Amino acid sequence: MTKPMDHITWQEIEPGGVISEPGNASSYHTGTWRSQRPVYDVDKCIRCWRCFIMCPDAAISPDYENNRMVWNFDYCKGCGICAFECPVDAIEMQEEGE
Amino acid sequence: MGRKVGIEVSIAAADAAALCDVDVVAAYPITPQTHVVEHLAELVASGHLDAEFVPVESEHSAMSVCCGSVAVGARTFTATAAQGLALMAEIVYIAGSMRLPLVMFLSNRALSGPLSIWNDHSDAMMVRDCGWIQVFCEDGQEVFDAIIHAFRVGEDPQVSLPVMVNVDGFVLTHVIEPIEYWTKEMVQKYLPPFQPVSRLTPEKPVSMGAFGMPEIYLEQKMAHNVALLNSRPIIEKGWTELAELTGRKYSAVETYKVDDAETIILGMGTICSTSSLAVDKMRAEGKKVGLVKLRLWRPLPSDDLRRVLAKAKDVVVLDRAICPGGGNAPVTSEIRAIMYTEPERPRIHCMIAGIGQRDVTPDDVCAMVDMALSQSIKDYHIYGVRG
Amino acid sequence: MAGASEKKILKPLKNFPMEEYINSGHRACQGCAEVLAVRHVLKAIGPDMILAMATGCMEIISSPYPLTSWNVPWIHVAFENAAAVASGVESGLKALRRKGRIPDKEITVLAMGGDGGTTDIGFQALSGMMERGQKVIYVCVDNEAYMNTGIQRSSSTPFGASTTTSPAGKVHPAGQMTWKKDMTAIAAAHGIPYTATACPSFYTDLIKKVQKAKEANGPAYLHILSVCPTGWRIPPEKAIQYGQLAVDTGVFPLYEVENGVWKLSRKAKALKPVTDYFKGQGRYRHLDEKLTAFIQEKVNERWERLLKLCGVELQTEDQA
Repeated sequence: MTKPMDHITWQEIEPGGVISEPGNASSYHTGTWRSQRPVYDVDKCIRCWRCFIMCPDAAISPDYENNRMVWNFDYCKGCGICAFECPVDAIEMQEEGE
Repeated sequence: MGRKVGIEVSIAAADAAALCDVDVVAAYPITPQTHVVEHLAELVASGHLDAEFVPVESEHSAMSVCCGSVAVGARTFTATAAQGLALMAEIVYIAGSMRLPLVMFLSNRALSGPLSIWNDHSDAMMVRDCGWIQVFCEDGQEVFDAIIHAFRVGEDPQVSLPVMVNVDGFVLTHVIEPIEYWTKEMVQKYLPPFQPVSRLTPEKPVSMGAFGMPEIYLEQKMAHNVALLNSRPIIEKGWTELAELTGRKYSAVETYKVDDAETIILGMGTICSTSSLAVDKMRAEGKKVGLVKLRLWRPLPSDDLRRVLAKAKDVVVLDRAICPGGGNAPVTSEIRAIMYTEPERPRIHCMIAGIGQRDVTPDDVCAMVDMALSQSIKDYHIYGVRG
Repeated sequence: MAGASEKKILKPLKNFPMEEYINSGHRACQGCAEVLAVRHVLKAIGPDMILAMATGCMEIISSPYPLTSWNVPWIHVAFENAAAVASGVESGLKALRRKGRIPDKEITVLAMGGDGGTTDIGFQALSGMMERGQKVIYVCVDNEAYMNTGIQRSSSTPFGASTTTSPAGKVHPAGQMTWKKDMTAIAAAHGIPYTATACPSFYTDLIKKVQKAKEANGPAYLHILSVCPTGWRIPPEKAIQYGQLAVDTGVFPLYEVENGVWKLSRKAKALKPVTDYFKGQGRYRHLDEKLTAFIQEKVNERWERLLKLCGVELQTEDQA
């Protein structure tokens, strides 16, 4: 687990400021930015993958076992692209906390 | 032992880089660096050197190409001067902080303006704080040895820093000198294959060049500074082993007749040859004068300098860069600063000379010493200026 | 009903790799189609790549030390030199491979910069890279202004767009007074084997083009329109739609130049009016009829020129 930047001492800096753990920024949860949340209607969904393809945050993934898409709310920023692009209106944006 | 040849220093420098089996050379032509890269291009074209010669469209790209090639683990060499260094300066700093161990031959030339293709140290001083190892050479043999030493030290995993080999433009780059070449076997013995601390490879992805937020930038700068300071023992070890191979012993601070010297002249590069003649002349006149040649500019060998200079009454620093509007000149200001905390310290005089290749003869050096001792020059004196 | 539910079984996606090479947790704005373009480009190339990136939005959202969003080897040096750094990567790999120091395996070298890092400050380094024939794919993710520093105009900002340094006002009613620099044509003029425009709204086209660029025997240049909801002042959910409209109105046509041959990527149908594209974009809100008509005329003119270059006739409704 990477230390927060304000805890790192100069001795802990990797030579040249290299980051040797790929993709470790996933420890930063952009889901806190969200003011609206996508609500998914599995019955309406035609499994076209468009939401997955068009998500800038790669926050949507397939769940083959349950035959549905799932949203990772640690990262979903609530941009609403998935809902707007859904060809069958299977995703609806709702205010957070509602 | 290698063979001794009479050869132009620039050509020898290129041959030294080629002997190190460099993988990538990226350079843009600028006087007085051209002979170095022309010769390397020739070696690549003729098949004598198996390397990629990247004829970039600017010095900015030269340094950028170097960053990319070192990042994948390729041994990399470039050369430039003055305006070229100014154009690449942005990336020179970044190469330092990213700890990318390339080697650069800098044929020291005055910065414009007005445009001057001739020699002084204003270009090197502009990038004083780039966080590279920086050495100055006095003669062709030193240049040849310094390039091989630069790869050895810079690429050492404990160091992993770029190295700048400063060579006075024209007055050293373009002269023919007897230089003892290393054999391939000597270089192979001395210089292990380049194994970078990190490299860009799909097998183990790393990210290089992440940015520093206010919470972490300072720690990154500190880590870089300490790495540069800690390179010193590796630099010394490199010189020790070089001496075992070649019989030539280098050190960070070299002295000439300083043991009983009351006055010490301090300089970097070719002005030291001139100054040693001046020392002989003044010694013949009974004056207790010695010379300190500062080879290692970064990391600054502060302790060695203090030890040598503290014994003198007067130190005359021959600075080869003007610092407009400043307190003195770059080398003097460092010497004054490191001596300031000494309980007994010499008077430190700042003589700015040899700007834009204005000739400095041994008599000029004697005159500068006389002036420094007899006149009360407070901050600095620009020697030889008309009017 | 059995037939309908059968249709609704989630089946693995073809021609769209599942691996993510830029991880979630990056700090791009909501609805950023530029990071989406990056996501698509990287998927099209696959893991065996090295990415050299210019300073800009994509760099700053992905790499606050000690965190990185990249799952591929990535290097950032400065703003104007991604093409040169990539040149060094390519030359270094070439030498090391030839000398047997690294495995003899193809690694795609990718350089990426924004429109400022490509068409303005990185122009020279890019031209040098293409002229030298270095086998690098250069991708310009074009959001049509310096968004990272706060929406300042670049030479890739289209005529009529209002930015913080080309604001619309009494003296300059259009905002940006110059036509968008045609970087794709400039790249093509270098005689490189592959040049194309693309947009993540048309992701299959984009992926196909990236894969062609990968196979090209030399430098490749891709100019990708990357809708920026923040800078264009549109709602984030409409980022994909505006990309489609840019293409459908001919403001940003999709085409490729392969070994000197120009080819339109979509059928040459009649263009939608540019107002369809401008509508709802805050950066174009100030445009009056006269300015809009001027832009429409110029878009038509350029579209016809492109059709001629591609050697195609406009298809009328009945033909289509």
